Amino acid sequence: MIWLDTIVQGILLGGLYALFATGLSLVFGIMRLVNLAHGDMIVLAAYLILVLVTGLGLSPWLAVLIAAPLMFALGWLLQRVVLNRVLGPDILPPLLVTFGLSIAIQNALLEGFSADSRRIPNPDLEGASVALGPVTVGVMPVLTFASAVLVIVILNRVIYGTPLGRSFRATSDDPVTAGLMGIEPMKVFAVATGIAMMVVTVAALYLGTRANFDPAIGPARLIYAFQAVIIGGLGSLWGTLAGGVIIGVAQTLGAAVNPEWQILAGHLAFLLVLLIRPRGLFPRARD
Amino acid sequence: MLLETRSLDAGYGRFRALFGVDIRVDAGECVAIIGANGAGKSTLMRSIAGVLPNAPEMILHQGEPIGALSAAAILQRGIAMVPEGRRLFPSLSVEENLLIGGQKRRGNGQWTLDSIYALFPILREKRSMPGTALSGGQQQMVAIGRALMSNPELLLCDEISLGLAPVVIRDIYAALPRIRETGAAVIVVEQDITQALRVADRVYCLMEGRVTLSGTPAELTREAIHSAYFGGHA
Amino acid sequence: MSSPSAPWRATTRTRTGTLVALLALALIVAGLVLPAFASRRLIQDLFYILTMLSLAQIWNLLAGYGGLVSVGQQAFVGIGAYALFGGVILGGMDPLLAILLGGAAGLVLAIPMAFFAFRLHGAYFAIGTWVIAETTRLLVAQWKALGGGTGTSLPRAATSDMMGVAQVAELFGVRDAAARDILAYWIALLLAVALIAGIYALLRSRLGLALIAVRDNAEAAGSVGVDVRWLKWAVFLIASVATGLTGALIFLQTARISPDAAFAITDWTAYVIFIVVIGGIGTIEGPILGVLVFFALRSTLADYGSWYLLTLGLTAIVAMIFAPKGLWGLLSARTGWHLFPIRHRLIGPTEGGER
Repeated sequence: MIWLDTIVQGILLGGLYALFATGLSLVFGIMRLVNLAHGDMIVLAAYLILVLVTGLGLSPWLAVLIAAPLMFALGWLLQRVVLNRVLGPDILPPLLVTFGLSIAIQNALLEGFSADSRRIPNPDLEGASVALGPVTVGVMPVLTFASAVLVIVILNRVIYGTPLGRSFRATSDDPVTAGLMGIEPMKVFAVATGIAMMVVTVAALYLGTRANFDPAIGPARLIYAFQAVIIGGLGSLWGTLAGGVIIGVAQTLGAAVNPEWQILAGHLAFLLVLLIRPRGLFPRARD
Repeated sequence: MLLETRSLDAGYGRFRALFGVDIRVDAGECVAIIGANGAGKSTLMRSIAGVLPNAPEMILHQGEPIGALSAAAILQRGIAMVPEGRRLFPSLSVEENLLIGGQKRRGNGQWTLDSIYALFPILREKRSMPGTALSGGQQQMVAIGRALMSNPELLLCDEISLGLAPVVIRDIYAALPRIRETGAAVIVVEQDITQALRVADRVYCLMEGRVTLSGTPAELTREAIHSAYFGGHA
Repeated sequence: MSSPSAPWRATTRTRTGTLVALLALALIVAGLVLPAFASRRLIQDLFYILTMLSLAQIWNLLAGYGGLVSVGQQAFVGIGAYALFGGVILGGMDPLLAILLGGAAGLVLAIPMAFFAFRLHGAYFAIGTWVIAETTRLLVAQWKALGGGTGTSLPRAATSDMMGVAQVAELFGVRDAAARDILAYWIALLLAVALIAGIYALLRSRLGLALIAVRDNAEAAGSVGVDVRWLKWAVFLIASVATGLTGALIFLQTARISPDAAFAITDWTAYVIFIVVIGGIGTIEGPILGVLVFFALRSTLADYGSWYLLTLGLTAIVAMIFAPKGLWGLLSARTGWHLFPIRHRLIGPTEGGER
């Protein structure tokens, strides 16, 4: 029974990792850009929510509604002002720019908020739990997982059912021909990054309410997100959720054996999948 | 005059493909550009469509310089292109490929999904298939339909018969009169001289990046075309 | 003057090249005798500069020439350092000899790492190397004999009995600790010089020309018979050995190790990338210039803690956008200087005599 409990906890943790990963997956799918500052953006959004909650006395849920459009604007600006300038056949410039951004965000947060651990207060649901069949699970982990599913459903609706999503897919296929359709790829990219940052805000809510965070934890979140994307297969959001779940389960199983092995078990699961299925579980036909 | 190029020089990086090309297209006219492989025909199309950037005043649309505009801005001015190699979006279905062509449509023109399907009935049957799963000829129909969906005043057709069987080419060119009925001007780039002379009001021949011959099909003799096409003396 | 009938020939030699070679030789000799005059502090600073220069040259070889953008180089620094500590503490080796163990450990780690990471392309390769570095760090933290997660120090007996320490101490009339720094500095100097010379020779060899061909156009290079995969393996293994050696040397000098310090992505990869980007990626001159800029920034801004790192991050972004070829690129474009000419130029019969 303890194993079942562990696995259920792992699956729910996977929901959090899927939320970390979805924005990364979206941006990579559309513009082949890997944002090395993605994890730091999540932490940045968590601080933004924290400020709104503690400064204005808002509830965390309301704070997300305010933070999401702000993060959209930040992502849009980042893409238009910085990232669009370095996109191209050479992968080095965007990598180095986002790496520099990662260092800059971490240290800006350190300067602004110190290295102390913080947590977004969430008095209503902290510690609340429900019985889910034979196992008892926290309400927050269940909400996290449900949010991940909801975010993926909505994003898939947008991608496969709206003119905007059509532009995303067309630009991803062939930006030059997309231009002939009247689409400005650079504008499409900016919107995509903006949307990714809104997903990041949702991820940040759960990151910040479920556990302590500090300015330095971004890179580790990027790694989990990256592992989920690779395991799932590039470009498939449901695959990304599956990847998150695999990492989550591996980590909770590892931690059940020896608390020091939690992260290590996640990494090893990732390397194992890479060994067996180098293109992930649900690869796209073409890349 | 609808469109004019003035001493258009164009190329890719340090490689120059066009040298002082002057062509003009009047409203509703069909102009054919012929020439051998590598003569610069596609470069000319890509320059007009805004894929290749140029100096502003090298290309005029209704008297205004448009040479430096982006492809998206050119489309907004009513110039659409059927690119060489068709270049359908593999992630999009046939219908989505058509819809994306009309996503930035100008005003209420005649071209809608229904009228495209009336022009190429086979596409209605295959509407939900991925565009790239179609035969070459059908893909070409999608590419033409996609460009028409923006209701252009000028349609650029780059090598639309390339790689297709003669009977398929005939089907595709059969759509041309229907397109011209809407009042749109058309530039066709063709390697097939006979086909080009049959449909065009006027013809330009390019060789090594320069216009070597121009005129109406009636004015051009076989010898003149041969010489303009391959160089040397007729 | 050669006669007009003299044949054309291809050469990489330029007049500045010869001048630079002489200047470099003078610098190396000066560097070798420097400990006779310099303070211990200066020797330590130079040690840091030289080891960072080595890491930067290696990363530049990987990313700037090999197209392998690794952000997991800390894995090799860490494993090299731990191999040295293992050799000394568990194997009773002389620390100086144990540096070689660091290179061997780099090689041993590089093989599985390449096996995994080469399945990923472009940006994913970068994060893949990082994951493997993290995995290595976590595994090493389980190595209880070397202190587990908290780390350990080199035993005093081993460091003071280290080969050469007594002689150096006597030669310069300094204490053992200072003599150890001098010894480490000399090795760092030799390593940096050997790496620069080695990379320069490599780039001028057939392998290097193939590498540059692949960087500039992988498809074309593949079609003329360059085996891209083999090339990348070769570069990756060379870089891993060199990084392992450097890592061992760095932690021989500090004499204290912990997984967090030895596998620090900021210290051994972020700074290194900054050095290469600021100096100019894809040139040998770039990292040399970059390390000087980096050290100057560090000396003036280090007291400001996070502001310093914030500045580094933003400077790298600005450099990448406005000067993607770095400071050396700007300088070289303005002056035409090439201190390490790699390009073969055709020298005509008349021109040839004058150069």
